[in-house]
Amino acid sequence: MKHIRLVFSGSGGQGVITAAIILAEAAVMYEGLEATQSQSYGAAARGGATRSDIILSDEQINFPGVVQPNILVCLTQEAYNLYSTIIRPGGTLITDSRYVTTTKKVNARQTELPMYDAVMEEIGKPIVFNICVLGALVGATELLRPESLLKAIRDKVPKDFVELNERAFDLGLSLAGETQG
Amino acid sequence: MNNTIKFVQGNEACVEGALYAGIDFFAGYPITPSTEIMELLAARLPERGGKFIQMEDEIASMCAIIGASLTGRKAMTATSGPGFSLKQEAIGYACMTEIPCVIANVQRGGPSTGNPTHVSQGDVNQARWGTHGDHSIIALTASNHQDVFEMTVDAFNLAETYRTPVILLFDEAEGHMREKLVVPAEGELEVVSRLRTSLGRDVDYHPYLPREDGRLPMSDFGGEHRFNVTGLFHDMWGFPSNNPKVIRELLRHIVDKIENNVHEITRYKEHYMEGAEYVMVSYGSSARSAIHLAKARRARGEKIGVLELQSIWPFPVEMVREKCAGAKAVLVVEMNLGQVAAQVKAAVTEPERVFLANRIDGKLITPEDIKIYIRVIQGRGV
Amino acid sequence: MAVKDYLRQRFFPHMWCPGCGHGTILNSLIRAIEGLELKPHEIVMTSGIGCSARISGYVNVHSLHTMHGRALACATGVKLSRPHLKVLVPMGDGDALAIGGNHFIHAARRNIDLTAIVMNNRIYGMTGGQFSPLSGVGIKATTAPFTTIDNSFDVVELAKAAGASFVARSTAFHVKECKDILKKAIEHKGFSVVEILSQCPTHYGRKNKEGDAASMLEFQKKMTAKIGSKALQENPNLIARGIFVDLDKAEYCTEYEKIIDSVMKEKV
Repeated sequence: MKHIRLVFSGSGGQGVITAAIILAEAAVMYEGLEATQSQSYGAAARGGATRSDIILSDEQINFPGVVQPNILVCLTQEAYNLYSTIIRPGGTLITDSRYVTTTKKVNARQTELPMYDAVMEEIGKPIVFNICVLGALVGATELLRPESLLKAIRDKVPKDFVELNERAFDLGLSLAGETQG
Repeated sequence: MNNTIKFVQGNEACVEGALYAGIDFFAGYPITPSTEIMELLAARLPERGGKFIQMEDEIASMCAIIGASLTGRKAMTATSGPGFSLKQEAIGYACMTEIPCVIANVQRGGPSTGNPTHVSQGDVNQARWGTHGDHSIIALTASNHQDVFEMTVDAFNLAETYRTPVILLFDEAEGHMREKLVVPAEGELEVVSRLRTSLGRDVDYHPYLPREDGRLPMSDFGGEHRFNVTGLFHDMWGFPSNNPKVIRELLRHIVDKIENNVHEITRYKEHYMEGAEYVMVSYGSSARSAIHLAKARRARGEKIGVLELQSIWPFPVEMVREKCAGAKAVLVVEMNLGQVAAQVKAAVTEPERVFLANRIDGKLITPEDIKIYIRVIQGRGV
Repeated sequence: MAVKDYLRQRFFPHMWCPGCGHGTILNSLIRAIEGLELKPHEIVMTSGIGCSARISGYVNVHSLHTMHGRALACATGVKLSRPHLKVLVPMGDGDALAIGGNHFIHAARRNIDLTAIVMNNRIYGMTGGQFSPLSGVGIKATTAPFTTIDNSFDVVELAKAAGASFVARSTAFHVKECKDILKKAIEHKGFSVVEILSQCPTHYGRKNKEGDAASMLEFQKKMTAKIGSKALQENPNLIARGIFVDLDKAEYCTEYEKIIDSVMKEKV
């Protein structure tokens, strides 16, 4: 049985929520899975720590909150400090090496990737940072097929930006590939 | 046409349900956490020749759908706590004048401005008694997007069948969360059309004379028959009356047409209820946590079931009594201070066995929260 | 169709007090409707609560007697749903401008094709003589035993500022002028406002020592003058009567139909 709980965290404006929606949508629309996506609203969505909970499953999902994520993504130090302790022991924790300095205390497989720097270097548009994160996530975890994500991205982003987003996604995939090398 | 799979927020599932049910008219005023409903309908209604209007306030939105419904349109508004309070006068008017309409209340924390972006189920009693005077009301709820869709279709159907406002009591967690929705093909779910009078132009039409089955065929404003509509007690032509007999009969009629049909209106689901020693009664997003827990416990051989209410008003007294009859304890899981718990206590034969498992801090109640209550009831401690 | 056929004659005599101006306004209104040769089933009359609101029960059209202040909000739903209907909205002064003030300015702002008729007797009659937002300063009322200190609205200026595309004023005394203005207001495409000064001898007149109905009507004659008249030039304290605004302006329902057309075309 497939039942994976994820938490995406970062700060408002990084596209954390959008990335979470695209991931869950890809699971439902292109892999026949069940998925829920929920998020914190209000002040937290405006510059504070943003959090979105995602569950992917091949069964009906009831409680949509994530208590102990199998996979945790932290895109700011604040998010890391706040959430790194909730990860399920042995889970996967992905951080951006520009924004987050990790500690050894976390009982998880920590993957630090220079996603933001790579996006700025290769593409030069910070707006696709979140899509690069999705690429890295899928590359590091093989959670869903990359094609499913690419389809969901094409559904979501305006036509003129599809190519830009595809490049960001591929960039993330290859960054994850390098570390797994 | 085939089923369409979508990945959407609960509020969008409500919109899809309204469109499926044949909504023609929406009037609303922005309020968190229901605003997505009006934003989506602003885009979707004109695509099919329907009308959308953003009114100057919550009161006006409720009034506008009443006007639209009278002309033969299927009409709806959506709101949350403070807006629901403002709409109450006009909801009572729709009860009195027997004008079909649907009001979605995506509940947030109250009283007052309360907690706009967080979940609560504190408007259960307001849905029942928010407007003044004796009356009856239908209120439906749902715990997942598929049910949000179906209950929205049902709300339109019941509004037309009983000529009454129907309240959709959703909540912030359900409204904002995203999950899968399968929009059924046309014809798969029943859609009730308005019962219109078959009387011709020159035949005397009595807009407020119930048929033997209690139903009142309508005639659209702008159509063949001209009649009066008033919030005053009125006779069978719709004209004001303070004749004691007319008053008594009208009041009985608007209450009885709903209370006498509790059985037809009642909607519920049973989860893991076979031989359940402990019954959790829940609804809306709270039910998701109750079902989650029941499923996990059942896997370990514990007999804990969930009775999920999908219609809250009229309260299904007999059904609840029957389903809870054999239980060692009944745990009402909700996010308020016991609004449905009070109804359950009144319904069952042993109210001392009914307990409240609640959360009132704006957070969705978790399976862990409920687990603690159960352990305490079972005398096992936390 | 005869004028009296527009009335539900079985409800007469009407419930208004002897000397009330509202019956005269009803007279002008049905004569305006008759003059326009409107068919009763094409007309919806939506009213609120108060003495004025009872007018809808007397007219043999689709009549919708709503809640206090809410006539325009309900009428908006009717009109947008069925734009071919003529929707007339008679209201009292408290009804239209106190409890219904928000709906009034917003209906005007949208320029939706409704005919708002403010039957202004400067008092809450039904509840027994409380001052209204059109009473003005220095008036006695049951809720102003020491006279009012509340300023009043100028309905004409308010409607103009809010965007109404037809704004006029007449009185219960000027029966023919009132009928002619109402005809134009009903014919006008857009939100039209007609303020009609009415008299309430029972409450306003008695409390303010303005005498009986006849002397109150005399007052309406004496204290008002036509726009552009010499009398008005000479005495700016007189209340102006006539049509203040008559503009050709985009109407709400028509504009919405355009949205539907373009959206549907795009979809095809």
